[in-house]
Amino acid sequence: MNYLLRGIGVLATVGTLSLLAFSLPSGGEARGDGGDDLMPRLTHKAWQQECASCHLAYSPALLPRASWRRVMGGLDQHFGENASLDPATQADILRFLEANAADSGRSRMGDKVMQRMDRNTAPLRITETTWFVKKHDEVPRASWARKSVGSAANCAACHRQAEKGVFDEDTVRIPK
Amino acid sequence: MIKRIAWAGLMLLSAHASADSPSSFMARYAQQAGVAVTALSPARGEALYRSEHPGKNGAAQSCASCHTANPKQPGQTRVGKPIEPLAPAVNPERFTDAAKVEKWFRRNCTDVLQRECSAQEKGDFIAWLNQIK
Repeated sequence: MNYLLRGIGVLATVGTLSLLAFSLPSGGEARGDGGDDLMPRLTHKAWQQECASCHLAYSPALLPRASWRRVMGGLDQHFGENASLDPATQADILRFLEANAADSGRSRMGDKVMQRMDRNTAPLRITETTWFVKKHDEVPRASWARKSVGSAANCAACHRQAEKGVFDEDTVRIPK
Repeated sequence: MIKRIAWAGLMLLSAHASADSPSSFMARYAQQAGVAVTALSPARGEALYRSEHPGKNGAAQSCASCHTANPKQPGQTRVGKPIEPLAPAVNPERFTDAAKVEKWFRRNCTDVLQRECSAQEKGDFIAWLNQIK
């Protein structure tokens, strides 16, 4: 009798635990395609090599196709710097950016950016999108200007795991 | 087996021979400029590196603005990303890839000098960096 009761107890415990485990949000899976604060996991040699030689390889999901066309069409005057590429590499990167752009329907991150985007605009800066501005409205203006941050283009200054595509609030630390 | 090792050795040797190096760039740029390699000047290269030019925002800019005054030190891009040191003595990957070297001369000379650099200037520049110990 005693054993039977104990057995039922063990079974109940195991059952409850496994139920709990299944009902808890499974971060990994839900974010596989770039969930809430995770950029879509993408690999593209030229994109990573070229774009990331000066700044983080910003996710294509953060701007619509029209924006990427503008960016890639003006690389010789890229925010005040000459970032020109040979035509083949430029075309290769643009194809990748367009295929994974915010309005490509390929990621939840992109959908979110588009929800707040005026479809008639094609901003050049990710920081000008309504999505970005709303996401960062709690960040005091003065902290952007800090020397340790440099500019809002420097994601990794605060998002310590930005290089890995992780932008969770838990990983944010605004430097002094 | 021995044959295989010999082949691997040969492949390595030939790969090594065809890879670019600071001296192969110096030879190429000197030839393009129509001067002897010995006519390249580290002093002129250093002067080019340190010379200041009016920037787009009014502030003076030079190569050192991003690469720092000491090319053995890492630099920083305008958005804060680290730049590996330029001097081959501390960064052996520098001046080993023709496409990369040409790309960055083209971009950075037009940014800093508002024009492309001449073959002579590129040769001088590498001659200076290459003799830094």
